[in-house]
Amino acid sequence: MIRLRLLQFSVFAGLILLWHVVTKPGLIPAFYFEQDNRAAFFFGEPVKVFWVIVEWFTSLEIFPHLGVTLLETLLGFVIGSVAGLGIGLWLALSNTASAVMEPYIKGFNSMPRVVLAPIFAVWFGLGIWSKVALGVTLVFFVVFFNVYQGVREVSPTLLANARMLGASRRQLLRSIYLPSAMSWVFASLHNAVGLAFVGAVVGEYLGSAQGVGYLILQAEGTFDINTVFAGIIVLTAFALVLDAAVGVVERRLMTWQPKASETEKV
Amino acid sequence: MTSDPPALAFDDITCRFAGRDGAPPYTAVANASLTVGAGEFVSVVGPTGCGKSTLLNVAAGLLAPSSGTISVFGERLVAAEGVNRRAGYMFQADALMPWRAGIDNVIAGLEFRGVPRAQALRQGEEWLRRVGLAGFGDRYPHQMSGGMRKRLALAQTLILSPDILLMDEPFSALDVQTRQLMENELLALWAVDRKSVLFITHDLEEAIALSDRVVVLSAGPGTRPIGDFRIDLPRPRDVSEIRMTPAFLDLHRVIWAAMKEEVLKAYKAQKAA
Repeated sequence: MIRLRLLQFSVFAGLILLWHVVTKPGLIPAFYFEQDNRAAFFFGEPVKVFWVIVEWFTSLEIFPHLGVTLLETLLGFVIGSVAGLGIGLWLALSNTASAVMEPYIKGFNSMPRVVLAPIFAVWFGLGIWSKVALGVTLVFFVVFFNVYQGVREVSPTLLANARMLGASRRQLLRSIYLPSAMSWVFASLHNAVGLAFVGAVVGEYLGSAQGVGYLILQAEGTFDINTVFAGIIVLTAFALVLDAAVGVVERRLMTWQPKASETEKV
Repeated sequence: MTSDPPALAFDDITCRFAGRDGAPPYTAVANASLTVGAGEFVSVVGPTGCGKSTLLNVAAGLLAPSSGTISVFGERLVAAEGVNRRAGYMFQADALMPWRAGIDNVIAGLEFRGVPRAQALRQGEEWLRRVGLAGFGDRYPHQMSGGMRKRLALAQTLILSPDILLMDEPFSALDVQTRQLMENELLALWAVDRKSVLFITHDLEEAIALSDRVVVLSAGPGTRPIGDFRIDLPRPRDVSEIRMTPAFLDLHRVIWAAMKEEVLKAYKAQKAA
């Protein structure tokens, strides 16, 4: 395990070193660009990127932006998931509704929904809600299809058993359909959070006054490539943290699911 | 007893299923009549795929017959109005809720009936103990063996104290030893309050060892009862010992003679298909 981590880290260190060597002006002769400071202009320099990040965190300047991006991500995720769960349950349980809605659902799903971002900016302004809306459209379909599938694939025996035990329609929904659908939702949780994050950042990048995407947009406007890279790295680290958080939630809520080759601890 | 209405009375039941993709309709059960008296343990045996489960689903109110009627303690059961509230059903396949721990599976029926949780838990623990699963209540179904899951399912059904117990090859997935243990446990639990039991199996030995009556079904399609045998072996019985007694062997010979032809018919039909 330690060996593996060491190897993983050395890949990271190697990449940073390579980046540093080819971009640092004057370190090696320019082999592609005519002047040796051009590489740094186009690709940034890892040391400077590092100091931008340090500066962001020590001056606390980054936190309001991170907070906004996180808020957009969470809102997009929660609203999209709840809508996906609700509509997924409804359509899966009503044959008529699903037959009527099927072509529209298919159409919306195949549409590249990122192009909706400018429209959302017009509708909801440049504040957080246009980003939330984009996140919702992305998250909704992932959750919706999983719920739909989950409900459709509930074992008939399980349903018959619950009915024989005296479950009413409402109780069937609560104790059979919903938990069954939830297990599919959790299977798509990593995906959904990732998409909510994409929605937030892309939305910010297309027009905003706050957020990490906005920092990147600003830096790009002044050709400050180091800050762009700093923003990308912060976003990546942030995405990893979100993913880990989802993993923790998933493990806590899905204890009932068998893990591969699980053995009893004595 | 004879004046009381039977627990279950199938009267001229026919079940026809629509064929898929233009195939002709399939008649699983045809003109079947059968009664299960109050407190009686009746086994239904028949070749595989002959529509035994169909009969049970009709008795449970999960399936409406194409024609014919089914009465429960003299009252007509209509599937469209809901399931048979006086019956408990033990399925062949696993029917436990995988997201509920053992105890929560056992008390599911009480929960659906609105029994307060504390009281339900008390009863649940008692039933876990009765089926030999005391202390396993916090385990999820996937953490249990096949035999444990069957016992859990048994507790889940019996905790509601149904007047009729419908069992669809409940032990067919178990190995022989576990199966005999479960059969003995079932008999012991049944002896306490003598529910009416309709037990479906393809295993004639199991049927004879457990039952008061064994009903033989014909091969499908169009299954119906073709033989009805009274099993007057003394109770209490031990299922593994009773198999060795001459009386058991005699019964087995007689019933098997009635069943053999149907099994061969079913085998031929399956081979031809």
